[in-house]
Formats: sequence, structure tokens, C-alpha cells
Amino acid sequence: MTARALLVVVVSVPALAGLASWRVPRPAAAGLTIGASAACLAAALVLAGQGPAVALGSLLRVDALSKVFLLATALVYATGALFAAGWVPLGTGPGPAAYGRRFFAGFNLFAWSMLGALCLDGFALLWVAVEVTTVVSALLVGIDDTEAATEAAWKYLLLASLGLGIALLATVVLYHAGARVLGPAYQLSFERVLAAAPRFSPPAAQLAFALAVLGYGTKMGLVPVHTWLPDAHSEAPTPVSALLSGSLLSVSFYAILRFDEVARRAAGPTFCADVLAAFGFASLGLAACYMASQSDLKRLLAYSSVEHMGILAVGASFASPVALAGVLLHVLAHAAAKSGAFFGAGSLLRRFGTKQLAGITGGVYALPVSGPLTLAAVAGLAALPPSGLFRSEFLIVSGGLAGPGRAAALALVPLAVLASLGLGWFGLGALLGTPAAGTQRGEPSAWAAGAMAAALAALAVLGLHPPGPLSELLARAAHQLGEAR
Amino acid sequence: MASGAAALSASPSALASSTELVSLLVVLTELAMLRALLARTQVRLYCLQSAGLAALAATAAATQHVGELWALVGLTVALKVLAVPWLLSRTLLHTDSSAGAHRRLDPAATLPAVVACALAGLLLARHLPLRPASFPPFALGLATVVVLVAFLIAIVHSDMVSQAVAFFSLENGVSMLGLAVADRLPLLVEVGLAFDLLVAVVALAVVMRVHHRRTRTLSADLLARLRG
Repeated sequence: MTARALLVVVVSVPALAGLASWRVPRPAAAGLTIGASAACLAAALVLAGQGPAVALGSLLRVDALSKVFLLATALVYATGALFAAGWVPLGTGPGPAAYGRRFFAGFNLFAWSMLGALCLDGFALLWVAVEVTTVVSALLVGIDDTEAATEAAWKYLLLASLGLGIALLATVVLYHAGARVLGPAYQLSFERVLAAAPRFSPPAAQLAFALAVLGYGTKMGLVPVHTWLPDAHSEAPTPVSALLSGSLLSVSFYAILRFDEVARRAAGPTFCADVLAAFGFASLGLAACYMASQSDLKRLLAYSSVEHMGILAVGASFASPVALAGVLLHVLAHAAAKSGAFFGAGSLLRRFGTKQLAGITGGVYALPVSGPLTLAAVAGLAALPPSGLFRSEFLIVSGGLAGPGRAAALALVPLAVLASLGLGWFGLGALLGTPAAGTQRGEPSAWAAGAMAAALAALAVLGLHPPGPLSELLARAAHQLGEAR
Repeated sequence: MASGAAALSASPSALASSTELVSLLVVLTELAMLRALLARTQVRLYCLQSAGLAALAATAAATQHVGELWALVGLTVALKVLAVPWLLSRTLLHTDSSAGAHRRLDPAATLPAVVACALAGLLLARHLPLRPASFPPFALGLATVVVLVAFLIAIVHSDMVSQAVAFFSLENGVSMLGLAVADRLPLLVEVGLAFDLLVAVVALAVVMRVHHRRTRTLSADLLARLRG
């Protein structure tokens, strides 16, 4: 299959699966979703080993940078589909059947919108796709039809849309900056804009970047525009929480990196580095504090996402190629670890009937397979070796220490350790604590354990020995990002 | 239309004045939305504001002889003047919540914030590294004011329709700013933005109806249990 055909597969198969899921019975919808996600993951893996690919004229284009994010999204889509097969109720009445159809249709369309955002070539089209991700995912957040889910969906929809209004402004300003060089009417394709970026007006490019960080940062969960995130992640169905955290936040980070590439070429690296470091440290610091005092399991994981987005932002502020390679590895490893942790949280929720940490104890005893896997996922999220997050954070810090951002790299370490302690507290209490009398033992779903095992296997591979083609891809993407630094 | 265009191009000062006047109308509708007590009134004001935006786009199309801008005029009218207000009105009708006067602050208390937004918008626009291509510089400041006041509406009003209108009017402010500084955005992009707006209004309406079904109100005050 040619790269062009693979690209078309990535952006069409999830949409077709989504539309078909609306019409078929729930088991068939689950099967379709697993098949579609596996096809997308396979296509993303094959694309990762190839050069830039273009399809549908100039509408679709992937380069090294977008391929890294494509892999992360396809991985969470595939493991999430496996988990969802056992998570979504199998009931035969009109209620469960309709829920199943709605869920799988929305799940596939959500994945499609994110994969599309990563494949579309251009700043404006990227914005359109990210806005579509908001709408589709907000409906999924509210799908459980509870009071809390409706509140979370509304806040998410409104805040993310307002944030994306700012991101639209960033796109308009970028267009204005380019119009002086490229003429009054031009396409906002990445390659064309990047080639002309050194001749852009530096203040206009800086303004576009600052607005993009504020706008897309809302979707990425950067402090102080993160307030929708803990609510949406905790109230969404578990497979959707995994997609939100493991993929959607990264897609927004990808959009920021695209603006970063342009702004650095136009105005030099200092401004972009300062903005990213400021937002990154604010996110990391606040998340570390909140994680230490969380009583809700899924909110704890949501704040862990804010923490990791902070690490990504700080890492992207470093000029070193080593740090940038670490940032990109972090995107992949966070996708694997966070989806595994959310799947574990979902299984605990099913077993204990509560998200409150006080009500969960002895998880490893109660869930003989997914309990230990959850423990491994939490250890991975806390960046303990051999997790891929240990390797990525090590690369980020060592890259930062080697460059001018030495103080920032040093400050990163205690904050990340503090956040890890918050997670560790959960691990010790909820998973390793003494089980309450009468605690039932058994797995709620074999699919869930399988999905967790797949996500954790990916995390271990990333930590122990990333495959050669993947390392090459990360190096190419880091080089692409580092060209302007 | 051609003679109108010729007349406009023949007197640039008249063109600048009319552009400023329509831009001012857009800002005034935004301020009226902030002050309005009824969600239904806000929807009507949004409709009027969108018509003003369409007039601005038509002015730019006529003076610059850009065919694509006429398509933008058509899109703005079809979507923002007709479809979005219709959908919002239907939601209000369906939920029987036309009164919807839920405010977190009374109008007098918002006055200092409005003045601050207006001053900040106008001052900010003077220092932004943006030079309008065909619009008077004042219009840029007015567009910035619309964007800032839209945020204020979302904060001050605590009913769901008003908050949705705030988002739509923010988008109008960004569109106005786009017309001022980047009026040749490709048509494909404009169509994409319009499609997004349509999808967003449908999603917002769905969540509003779900909330109303449970609580019999569109007040967002009841959506304050989660801690963020």
C-alpha cells in the first residue's frame, strides 16, 4: 500500500466505522471499532517508517512531527477500542442498545477528528479539525446523561470553544503576518508558511504564537486555562477519558508546536521559550499541588495529565535536540501510560462502585490481573524505570541541562517528583492496601485487562528499547522542530 | 452593485466612515447583549450584529472586487443571520425559557468592566502589530472590544443561551478582526469555519436540552457542583 493510500485510510476508516456503528447492533459496532482502530494503528506504524506523505491534492500531508502524534493517537484509539468492547453494556433493551450505538459512533468520530487534525495540511484546517474534536468529545463527555456529566460537558464545550476562539484569532494574525510576504491571498499550508516565516514580521509572529498558546493551551489543559479538564476527564466514560487525556491534549500540543516552528523562525527562540516555560511551570506546579490532595481517582489522573502537559511545555522550551526528542517520546509514552492508568481506574470503578479513593482499597487483590497492571501503569506515570516516561523525562532534563535552560531543567525535577508522590500515595493506598472484608475477587472484563496489557507493553518497549525506526522518526521530528533553534 | 462599488471606491473617506459606522453598530449590539435581560433579546441582537458583519464583508467585497468575499457575505447571512438565531430561538421555544434572566452581576456593577474592556480594546489595538489592509484602524480597535466584551458576557450571564451567544459573538469579533487584517482568507477556510459554527451550535443546543429536561431551567447556576 502506498503512503498516500495509508493516509486516506487513516482519515476515512474511523469516519466510516463511526457512521456504520450508528446503524448496526452493539456487538457489531464494537467489532467495527476494533477493526477500524487496528487498521489506523497499522497504517500509522507503516507511515512512521516512511518519508513525508501527501494525499488528496494538498489537503492531507504528514511529516515526521505529525507522524509522532499520529502514532500516539492511533495507539490510544486501538487500546481504547479494546477496552470499550468490554466496558459498554451489552444489554438488549432499547436503552443499552441505543447507548452502545451512540457511544461507538461518537468514539470513532472523535478518533477520526483527532487523526484528521494531525493529517490536514494547514493552520486554518488544523483549527477547524480541533474545533470538531471539541464538539464530538463534548457530546461523549455528557453521554452518561448524569447531572455531573452534563455539567462537565457544558463547561468543556463552552470553555474550549472560547479558547479556540482565541486560537482562531492566532490563525488570523498568522495569516496577516504572512500576507506581507506571500501576498494578500495564499494557502496556510505548513510547508509554505514555514519557508516564508523568516521574512514574517517578528511582533506579528510573536502575537500569533502567544494567542495560539492561550487558545490551544485551553484544550491542552495548561494552567490557568485548564479548569474544564479535571471535570471532563473525571465524568467522561473511561475509554473517552483515555482518548481525551492520551490523545486530545497531545493534538492541541501539536498545534502549538506548529505555531512554535513559525514563530521561532520569524522572531528567534527566546520569546517562544519564555512563554512555553511560563505556562509549563504553572501547570506542573499547580498539578503537583492538587495531586497531593485529590480524593477522586479519575480527577487524580486528570491532574496528572495537566502535570505531563506542563512537562511537555517546559521540555519544548529547551533548545537542545536531545530535549526535543525527549518531548516527542514523552507524547508517546504519556499516551500509553495514561490510557493504561485510565483503563485501570475504570476497572476499579466497576469493581468498587466508586471513584472516591477512600472507598477503594486492596485493588491488587480484587482485580487479579488488571490490579497489578494498574499498579504498573501508575508506576509508569510516576516515571519510574523502566517506563517510557522515565526515559523521556531523563532526556528532557539532560537536554535542558546541556543548554541555556539549565535552571529550568533543575526546577523541573522536584516538581515532577512531587507529582509522582501524589500518584504513589494512590498506588499504595488504593491498590496495595488491605482489602475490605467481603471484597469480591475477579476481572470485570477480559477486554479491559487485554487493553491495559497492550498499553503497558507499548510503554515498556518505549522505556527499555524503542525500535530503530521509531528512534529514527523521533530524531527526524526533533531535528525538524530544532531547525529554528 | 457595480455602480455601488464604483461610488464606494470613488470616495474613500465616505467608505471609511461607513465602515466605522457599521463597526460601531457591531460593538453597540455587543454591549446591548451584555445589558439585555432576556435571552431572546440577546439572540435577536446577535442576529443584528451578524447582519452588520455581513455588511462589512459586502463593503470589502465591493471595494476590492474579490468574488470570494461575496461568498463570505452569503455564508454569514445564511448561517449567522438566519440559521444560528433560528436554532437558538427554537431551543428557547422548546424549553419555554424565554425569560432566562440569570445574571451574576447587575448592569450597574458591570459598567466599570465594560469601560475597562472598551479602553483596553482600543488601546491594545493601537499597539498590536497589525495594520488593517482596507479597513480604518479604528475598526481594529472596535473588533478587539467585541472580543473582550464577549468574554464578559460569558462571565456575567449565567444562563446557557447567553453563554452560547457570548461564544458566537466572540466568533463575530474574530471574524470582524479577520476582515480588517486578513480579508483574503481562502474560501475553503471560511466554509470550514462556518461548518464548525453550525456543528457547535447543534452541540450546544443538545447539551442545553439535556440540562433543561433534568432541571426545567436553562440556568447555568445549577452547573456549579464540580470544582474545576
